[in-house]
Amino acid sequence: MSQMDLPPYATPGQRLWHYTFKLICGLIFFFLIAPILVIIPLSFNALDFFTFTPGMLAFDPEAYSLKHYRDFFNSPDWQQALANSIRIAPSATILSVVLGTLAAVGLSQDHVPFRRTIMAILISPMIVPLIISAAGMYFFYARIGLQGTYLGVVLAHAALGIPFVIITVTATLVGFDRSLTRASASLGAGPLRTFFKVQMPLILPGVISGGLFAFITSFDEVVVVLFVGSANQKTLPWQMFIGLREQISPTILAVATVLVAVSILLLTAVELLRRRSERLRGLSPG
Amino acid sequence: MTIRGLLSATALVALPVAAMAQDLPPCENCADSMTVVSWGGAYQTSQIKAYAEPYAAMTGTTFTWDESSNEAVAKLRAMNEAGNITWDLVDVEGPDSQRLCDEGLAMEVDIDEILAAGDDGSTPREDFGDSAFNDCYIPQIVFSTTFGYRTNVAEWGGRTPDNLCALFDLENFPGKRSLERRPKKNIEWALLCDGVEKDDLYDVLSTPEGVEQALAKLDTIKSEVIWWSAGAETPQRLADGEVVMGSTYNGRLFSVIVEQSQPVEMLWDWQVFDFDGWIIPEGLPEDRLNRVLHFLHFATDTQRLADQAKFISYGPARASSQPLVSTHADLGVEMAPHMPTNPENQKNYLVNNIEWWADNQDDVEARFQAWLAQ
Amino acid sequence: MTEATRTGQMLAADGTPLKRSLQRALRAQKLRALMLIAPLLLFIMVTFVAPIADMLFRSVENQIVSDTLPRTAQAIRDWDHNSGEPPSDDVLAAFTIDMIAAVERKQHTRLGTRLNYEQNGLSSLFRKTGRGVGDIGETYRDQFAALDPAWTDPGTWIALFADPSWQADHDAWEAARTAARSAGRPFAEPVPPFRLKDGMAGVLPETADAYLDFARAVQGNRNGDPAARAPWPPVYLALYRDLTAVGVGRIATLDEAAQALLDPAHYAVRGFERADLAALYAGIDRAWSQTTVWATIQTFSARYTPGYFLTAVDLKQTPDGITSQPADQKIYIMLFERTLVMSLTIMGACVLLGYPIAFLLANLPMRTSNLLLILVLLPFWTSLLVRTSAWKVLLQQQGVINDILVWIGIVDNAGRLILINNQTGTIIAMTHILLPFMILPLYSVMKTIPPSYVRAAKSLGATNWTAFWRVYFPQSVPGIGAGCILVFILAIGYYITPELVGGTSGTFISNRIAYHISSSLNWGLAAALGTILLGVVLALYWTYDRLVGIDKVNLG
Repeated sequence: MSQMDLPPYATPGQRLWHYTFKLICGLIFFFLIAPILVIIPLSFNALDFFTFTPGMLAFDPEAYSLKHYRDFFNSPDWQQALANSIRIAPSATILSVVLGTLAAVGLSQDHVPFRRTIMAILISPMIVPLIISAAGMYFFYARIGLQGTYLGVVLAHAALGIPFVIITVTATLVGFDRSLTRASASLGAGPLRTFFKVQMPLILPGVISGGLFAFITSFDEVVVVLFVGSANQKTLPWQMFIGLREQISPTILAVATVLVAVSILLLTAVELLRRRSERLRGLSPG
Repeated sequence: MTIRGLLSATALVALPVAAMAQDLPPCENCADSMTVVSWGGAYQTSQIKAYAEPYAAMTGTTFTWDESSNEAVAKLRAMNEAGNITWDLVDVEGPDSQRLCDEGLAMEVDIDEILAAGDDGSTPREDFGDSAFNDCYIPQIVFSTTFGYRTNVAEWGGRTPDNLCALFDLENFPGKRSLERRPKKNIEWALLCDGVEKDDLYDVLSTPEGVEQALAKLDTIKSEVIWWSAGAETPQRLADGEVVMGSTYNGRLFSVIVEQSQPVEMLWDWQVFDFDGWIIPEGLPEDRLNRVLHFLHFATDTQRLADQAKFISYGPARASSQPLVSTHADLGVEMAPHMPTNPENQKNYLVNNIEWWADNQDDVEARFQAWLAQ
Repeated sequence: MTEATRTGQMLAADGTPLKRSLQRALRAQKLRALMLIAPLLLFIMVTFVAPIADMLFRSVENQIVSDTLPRTAQAIRDWDHNSGEPPSDDVLAAFTIDMIAAVERKQHTRLGTRLNYEQNGLSSLFRKTGRGVGDIGETYRDQFAALDPAWTDPGTWIALFADPSWQADHDAWEAARTAARSAGRPFAEPVPPFRLKDGMAGVLPETADAYLDFARAVQGNRNGDPAARAPWPPVYLALYRDLTAVGVGRIATLDEAAQALLDPAHYAVRGFERADLAALYAGIDRAWSQTTVWATIQTFSARYTPGYFLTAVDLKQTPDGITSQPADQKIYIMLFERTLVMSLTIMGACVLLGYPIAFLLANLPMRTSNLLLILVLLPFWTSLLVRTSAWKVLLQQQGVINDILVWIGIVDNAGRLILINNQTGTIIAMTHILLPFMILPLYSVMKTIPPSYVRAAKSLGATNWTAFWRVYFPQSVPGIGAGCILVFILAIGYYITPELVGGTSGTFISNRIAYHISSSLNWGLAAALGTILLGVVLALYWTYDRLVGIDKVNLG
């Protein structure tokens, strides 16, 4: 029984309000989702326009085409950008997941000195405005010769992804039953064995979803890469940014559609993982 | 561009390439890749087609393109500070080349030594003439910054702009304008339309009141201006109908008018005549420098500069290339009438005053940006 | 057991006192925890915290003036800018050497740009002076040359000022070069770094100093050879000044060759025609005969400066203290205000739109709400650029929204709304982008509000509105607080979206920072603006941490 159900004795005024409220919520959901959905049909536009042509509105098959997708897959620029993104994001993700998970396990112990301060420092890349991080990294990485290198971009992106790993892994560790590690230790397992055989499987969903967050952070990131990277590290978002500022072509919408599909996949994965994690920890789903 | 267009374009380029192949001397101790910085858009495409693709076909060099010419000075400074130069060759406008040369960020070169002689036997310095105006600059093209306008604006009631000052005429030509987010050219145009004579222009601008006068003139249209920072923005906005007129480079307008057949026309009135070319960053390692010099020798010869005009309506900076300018690679349109060097297009024009701008850039830019934000 | 009773201490299994044993265990535990955290902490420190600290440093750093004009910075220290007189010849002479060295090193235009931030006109003044400074001292060069033509021979200067061991190194280098050239081999060996002869600085201090700088600058500039070039004319100015000041006894301490050269010169300089430095500089530009330029150089010759921070809040440092910027240069306070006001607007819009959604989600059955939650999470997971490009497509004058409005007939074709390249565009797009950051914290708070309270209120006779406003709403306030701070923190630092849809009126302070980094090259001001922005964000972050706890951020 939920509060949103209308009781049978509701007055007409209550009914009116009830439906108005639902309508308002519907409109807000529309506001949230429509901009993302609207670009999908536009990306199949047979012409180089950013709006619905009369042919498209009449559902004329001639007005639709895969042309912009072909442009995306045939353009060396876009392919190079895609390859760079695929090269940079996983490296950054692995780095942030490994370091982040270790630190989250460390932070979840009972007696950690300066826990609050350390936590605040580790989360700060999420909070500090990107333009400031980007400017700082630009100057500093230039000084130490990392500006314009793959390593520089990977390190920068790993730093940006770490807060997400910390947050998600810490969240799974909150519900973690510590007697399990003690039991494992008393049965003679070393700390490493305990970690990999007992703790890891239980926090794995948190680790993976943290990793997915870190991945999408790097995969979508544009400000830092614009400053820290150079042409050799041009990623997909960078290419999109140039496209939006300069050669605006509907190819961008095709790329955007591909990225939306990637987001949906990642979102589904995170959602499934979250449910599995909660089941494992014996919490109610949701 | 259609696939067929692409094929025919490469075929056109491939012909002279085959003939050239044996002429190209081998490159000793040369890096096998280059990062070239340019402006993006149709202009960069023309460079790829006319220089990079034939050169890559002959030497197997891999090219990486970076659309950062806008921020070239900042990035070269940062690279220089770090001692890690990631760029090999940078396409910049004249004033930026002056600044880079002044600050020692661009390498000084002797064009007579590193470039090929003209087809007519002239030395590079004779061939390039006025366009080689500082010790670091390797000129490439001449271009103009001019105006495009839409031809089907209902509110104009059939009137079409016939001179620059239509820009400031909101009564007869209402609608949004697209102007560059920099003072250069805008303040000159403002003064010309505010009654200042061409010959007095820089004398007036050299006084603080002159700049204020220009800004006051620009104030009259400020609310109707959308500012651009990349050359492709105005053509795109014109094509989308987001603005009714705007300034941009003549080659970009050519591509919107002739190649894409949009309802846009262009104006040759008080356009600003300008040079664009290459600089080599100071401090390249030897193998990369050798590759750059080898490429430059090829890419700036008489034929290559003339080839570029097949893809975009910018004039080659070499006098010896002018007679070789032919037709557009895909459309077969005669290119000469669309060039900024065509006498028909040069009735009223300005030449970018690089020296004045080098001296006054910092002051005027600061004032303009403050005006813009207010 | 008995032992424990005797000492009053509990013992662990291995016989150590339990207290100590526990302490040791605790220490080990702390150590292990820190060991696990250390790699990441170190990583973040190096890749993230150090860059930001470096940026903060740039906002006060001002080495360029004293590095480029070291002698001037020293000499001008005691000059009184209120005296109404331009600095003395000593300062002008020091400035001449500094300036010619800067020109050789190609640093003077950068210095001009730097000082132009503080006083308009200095950039062009330094360019102009750079072109003219090479002539200052020519009078003296000509007079020395007339006295003895050897003075214009580079070899004379090398013999006089170069350390004998350097001369030997140089000879060896030259021999190797000749050998390589005649064999047709390439020769890229650099000239050995110049070393000054001992004792010269004691006799001819200014000249030795100037000549050393000359030799270094020549070597630094594409590896030139100081032995192949006569010094700059300003070095002759230094020589003249030294020779008029030095006693004959000092010259007698030098070797014979030097004495043979310097004695006649020392005697002759008294009859030299003097060059009026002040007049020469006034000839380059009148500005040099006024005090304002010199006062600016004096004020900004310190190695650290508050100047950038002052500019960032529309103030400026002058020789007579801090004053306000002229009205036509005041933009930063306005930009900060605009950033704050627009971020607050976006935050408000997010509360208005987010609250009903969070309420709905929290009060629907789990299955339905999980499904609807996807609609909130999808935008959250979608690339920022995708969403910004979507808005660009939607908001254009010829875009989807205007097309629909025209089609419905709300606006006519000529009256299409201007929704992009202004504040409206930024607010709409950013509200959309940040809305999930409001909904998620609100939702997680609302889920914990027991429905029984509202039911109890209603059963006690409260209307729906009273029950909501007096009972439910107060319990959801922590969620609003958390969401607001999060959205506000994210909003004030936004760069990409305002850049693409904001035009000039809808841009934030971040866009200004980016402009100063990549276009105007005023990195110090960019750093100062960034530091102020960072300060605001960190204060909010601290508040958030106190109120909510940073580790409790809900990511869906």
